[in-house]
Parts: sequence; C-alpha cells; structure tokens
Amino acid sequence: MTTPKTPALPTPVLEVSGLTKHFPLGGGFLQGSKHVVQAVSDVSFSVGKGETLAIVGESGCGKSTTGRALLRLLEPTSGSVKLDGEDISKLPPHRLQALRRNMQMVFQDPFGSLNPRMTVRETLLEPLLLHNIATGKRAHETVNKLLVRVGLAPHHADRYPHEFSGGQRQRICIARAISTRPRLIVCDEPVSALDVSVQAQIVNLMQDLQRDFGMAYVFISHDLSVVRHIADRVAVMYLGRIVEEAPAESLFADPRHPYTRALIQAAPRPVPGLRVASEPPSGEAPSALNLGPGCAFASRCPLATDLCRSTRPEIDAVDGGPTRIACHHADQRAPMVFPPAPTPTPALAARLAVMANARNSMT
Amino acid sequence: MTPLLDVRDLKIEFKTDTGTFMAVDGVSFTVNRGATLGIVGESGCGKSVTSLGIMGLIPTPPGRYVGGEVLFEGRDLLSMSNSERRALRGGRMGMVFQEPMTSLNPVYTVGAQIIECLRAHGMTNRREARERAIELLDLVRLPSPSKRVDDFPHQLSGGQRQRVMIALALANNPDLLIADEPTTALDVTIQAQILDLMRDLSDRTGAAIMLITHDLGVVAETCDDVVVMYAGKVVERAPARDLFNGPMHPYTLGLMAAVPRLDTNSDRLETIPGSVPPPWAMPAGCRFASRCPLATEECRASQPPLREIGKDWLVACWRAPIEEISV
Repeated sequence: MTTPKTPALPTPVLEVSGLTKHFPLGGGFLQGSKHVVQAVSDVSFSVGKGETLAIVGESGCGKSTTGRALLRLLEPTSGSVKLDGEDISKLPPHRLQALRRNMQMVFQDPFGSLNPRMTVRETLLEPLLLHNIATGKRAHETVNKLLVRVGLAPHHADRYPHEFSGGQRQRICIARAISTRPRLIVCDEPVSALDVSVQAQIVNLMQDLQRDFGMAYVFISHDLSVVRHIADRVAVMYLGRIVEEAPAESLFADPRHPYTRALIQAAPRPVPGLRVASEPPSGEAPSALNLGPGCAFASRCPLATDLCRSTRPEIDAVDGGPTRIACHHADQRAPMVFPPAPTPTPALAARLAVMANARNSMT
Repeated sequence: MTPLLDVRDLKIEFKTDTGTFMAVDGVSFTVNRGATLGIVGESGCGKSVTSLGIMGLIPTPPGRYVGGEVLFEGRDLLSMSNSERRALRGGRMGMVFQEPMTSLNPVYTVGAQIIECLRAHGMTNRREARERAIELLDLVRLPSPSKRVDDFPHQLSGGQRQRVMIALALANNPDLLIADEPTTALDVTIQAQILDLMRDLSDRTGAAIMLITHDLGVVAETCDDVVVMYAGKVVERAPARDLFNGPMHPYTLGLMAAVPRLDTNSDRLETIPGSVPPPWAMPAGCRFASRCPLATEECRASQPPLREIGKDWLVACWRAPIEEISV
C-alpha cells in the first residue's frame, strides 16, 4: 500500500517476544543420539491494529511454524505471545478456544482446509454457533451476508467444497476467518496455490476486508512481489530467525541484510533483458539440525568474515529507526542498483486505456 | 531452414467421467535451433498436456491424439513407432519435470540413473559412463560431484535434485530440452541458479529449450519467443520483447496487469473478472469472450483464428489491434 496507515496504537494487537519452537528428533534409527531441529529461534515482533506484517523467507525458514505457534496450533518451546496485551502462551485449553474468536487463520491449501463432507453453510455456521455470535435464523442470514461479502452468492451455501474452484474455496476460507470478526488473521501463503489472475482477486479482497473491518494480518509468504503489494512492514526470516524487519517501503528501497538483498535480486521480473547482473548466492544453506555458533547465512554471504562464522549477530535497531537487522557487516553493503520500472510503451498504454474504458462502460 | 521442432495443429482429448473434452485444441508453434521458447498460461490451459503430447507421454486411454503433427527435424513423432520415439527421448530430446523428488528413482543412486541413461543411448563402457556422469554433475554445479554421484536422491536438497534432473536431461547432448515448470517447486535464490544454468548450457551446447511455466517473470528473463495459451488454445505468439512491451490479446494484457510488481507500487491489483469456462462448457466462439470487456456478437459466435499482426507476431482475437477501437 502506498498510503501509510494510522500508526500502531500503544498496545499492539499482537506482541511476540522470544518465540522459539524446537522439534526434537529421536527414537527409531537415531535412538540415543538426540537431535533438535531449531525451526524457530528467539523471534520477536509486534503487529499494530489494522496493520499487515508480512513474514517472508524460503522453504524451511520457519515462517509457517511461526504462524502456527502464534495461534498455538503448535505449542511453542518458549517465548510469549500476547494478544491485546494478554499472554496466551500459558492459557489452558478452554480459555484458548474462546480466544480463537479473536485470532483466525487462512491456510495455503484451500482444498485441504475445508471439510469435504460439510456444505459451505455448515462450515460457516460452525464458528458462529461455537462462539455464540448468532443463532437460528440470524445465523443463516449471517452466512448469506458473509458469502456476499467475499464475492460469492447465497445460493453457494448449500454446495460442497469440491464444487468450487481454488479461488472460490479461498473465498470460503476467508469468509470463515472473518465470521468471528477477529482482531488478527494469520494467513499462511493464502494466494500461493492460485493462478495470477485469481491471486489478484483474492489479494484485493483481503485488502478491502481489512479496510472495512480493521483487523491485522500476519501475512506469511515466499513471494516478494505480493508482499510488497500488501504489507505495511516486512520481517525476513532465514533458518529460524528474523534477519531483517523494516517498513515495506524502506525494505524494498534499501534492503540492508545480505540475505534480503539476495532474495530481492533473485526474484524474476516480467521485463525482458532486465536480468540484474549479479551472481545469485552460491553455496548451500546449513541444515537446521546442526547450526553452528555463527550467522546462519555466512556460508552463502558475500560479506562473511571470521566474526560472522564464530559469533551470531543479534537483531538490533538501525539508526534508532524502525528497521532492525541481524548482521555484523550491513554497513559495508554496496548500493543496490535496481533496474528502473519500465514506462509503458505508447501502444501498451493505448491498449490498456481501451480495455479500461470498455470495462467501465460495462459497469 | 526447417525448425528443430514444428508442432502443427496438435489436438489431444481426454475422456473423463463428465465426458470427453479437448485439452489441447489445435496448437501450433515452432522452436528454432538454439532458441528458447516459453509456453505460458494458467492452470488447465493445456500447456503441460502440450509438452507431454510432444514427447509422446500422454497415457492413452484416457487421452487420445485426435490430430496434428509434431515434426522433429521434419519427422513426425506421432507416427513413429514406440521404439523410435524412445530412442529420441533422453537422447536428442531431454526432459525436466517440475517434481524433482518424484521424477528420480529413490532406490538408485543418482550416478546409476545417469549411467543407465547414457548406456541406453549407446555409451557401452561402464567406466566411461561413470566419468561422464561425474562430468555432467560438475557441469550443473553440484558440489563435489565425484562424491555426490553415489548419493541417493533423498540425500540431496530440492535444488540439487533438480540439478541432477537437468544433468540427466543433458546426458546425451540433446538438441531440444523440454522443461515443464522446472523451477516452480524451488526457492527463488535456487530458481535463479537453475535458470542461469539452463541459459548458460544452451549458450554453450546450442540446445534449444522449450520452457513451460506459469511465471511471467521467468519467461521474461529466459525466453526469446513466447506462446500464450488459454483454455487449450494458443491466443498469442510473439517475440518475448514485443509481447512484454505491449501484448495484443486482451487475455495477455489482463494477465500481465494482474502480476504484482517488485519495481513499482500500486494501490490495487488489476484482475481478470470471472474464471476460465469449464472444459465441458466451452463456448462456440472465442473462449475468452465471457471475461473480455471488448467481446462482441462476432466474438461469442465464432472462434478467432491465429493471424499475423506484426513481424513473427500472431494473435487470435477478432478485435486486435485493440488500440484502434474507439469506445
């Protein structure tokens, strides 16, 4: 979004500090030698009211584990998660269920996250009844309204998930998530499985809903272009830790951490002949099973020194500003030259104008 | 000069519970020696069926070749015997698929799989084949290839497995490399490595590449020419630079406008309203008509043929060039 939203309120909707999730590996072949996968280590961030924080990173960086640990779909190993100031990491199960009304989730796979034996109506009624939001006839009316709100129609309510396309199913999942009017929705790769034209529809829908209902999003994604479009702030994760967190504008204008820079440079751009002349990071990422004492990115980093290999840089604010990075050498970064955004050719501009006019005159 | 690959009016249909439908409906294009052709489109547009069809890998039934020709150096692959086709596949025609885990055999070492491919295509000396396998793994920049040659697929990362797949496809110096979403399952930094590698190899060996993908960024960075497919048909075919500078077909225009950009910032993404018609309800006219703001009665009534609109530039749209329409 180009327009910055209202600054975060004193009490953020979500406040995460020191969140850690380690998975022990043991038994079977490995009996005796206990290994631990450090999926998420010491992750801290906050999300303000109505704000979108994106968590980006490549597969295995811990972004999905973080999302699940936030909602306690996975029990964190340590750390605290506060929703509206209330620490939910120690809540007993019955309290947790009531709290889920305020924090919902949308998953990547709209095929696996809807019960194939329940009609859309049954799926959407469940949270309404469970949280006593509406009952009887009013609940059914609410279902109809929800469907219309996400771009479907009331007559869709009595169909089963398999009768819908991927994009429509994701609309149903979103309707289910907003049905309890949550304060926060954690979205785990919500548009990654969708085609480009459908992806755009869902991204627009999510932005419209946020504007109307004011909930905060934690938007987990590997796609930097989508993140740039939807996020207010971005946290970049690498092997279980946040390596950079910054407002979206400054992250994309001046990425500081060498890993963030590598990610942005590697993203393909739909402009022929604009390939950024830089080597993609070579080398292999270490396994999350045996992370050394140093920076996890050191094996692939062009700036790495002995210091990086021996001592892990802690994440810290830069210049007292909102940007935080975990890097010993980020001051030495070379200025990053971005290929200029191409201006549309006259022919393209004319064609787009004809299309836009035609669309406007239809509606 | 005859093109390396000349696909003419290829038609492939599938029989399903809901009826028989044409997944690829009259697709034509050519791939020249040393060039890279991209085939783009969204899921269900028929791009993968086209690539499998070219290689003769469509399971029949439920699939059926209804018509058309696939000429490889002038010889029709579809009228060849199975053994002739098998000699080409893995030999002069290499293939890379999207899933590097499922396309490698988990119970053989990667070396054994490359050696098998080399020996099936004429390299009889086992020691020579092993040396060539190591050389290939080195070529695709797998670290310590003389050790990794004895690794099993599960010991490699996704990116490494995809590099093994490329080594396998290149084993017999193919003239044509068909890559179906070769980087879709990979992270962007690894994707950049693999795309660089493919470009580099095609420069070095002169192999032509046919790249099937849904990612317009990948196409822009890799391809010389582009075929855009929609609902089983080619809607536009053009040199990549022309296509990205100003696509002619309303679908291509819509698709490109819907891609969120890393280099610019917009408040709202453009969308293409509606969705692709289901295969059992294909309209008689243009298949994009129901989603096209410019559609007329003619568009709904009859299918637009692919016609030339510029140098090497073809479009299947009754209304192109659309900038001449006054609304």
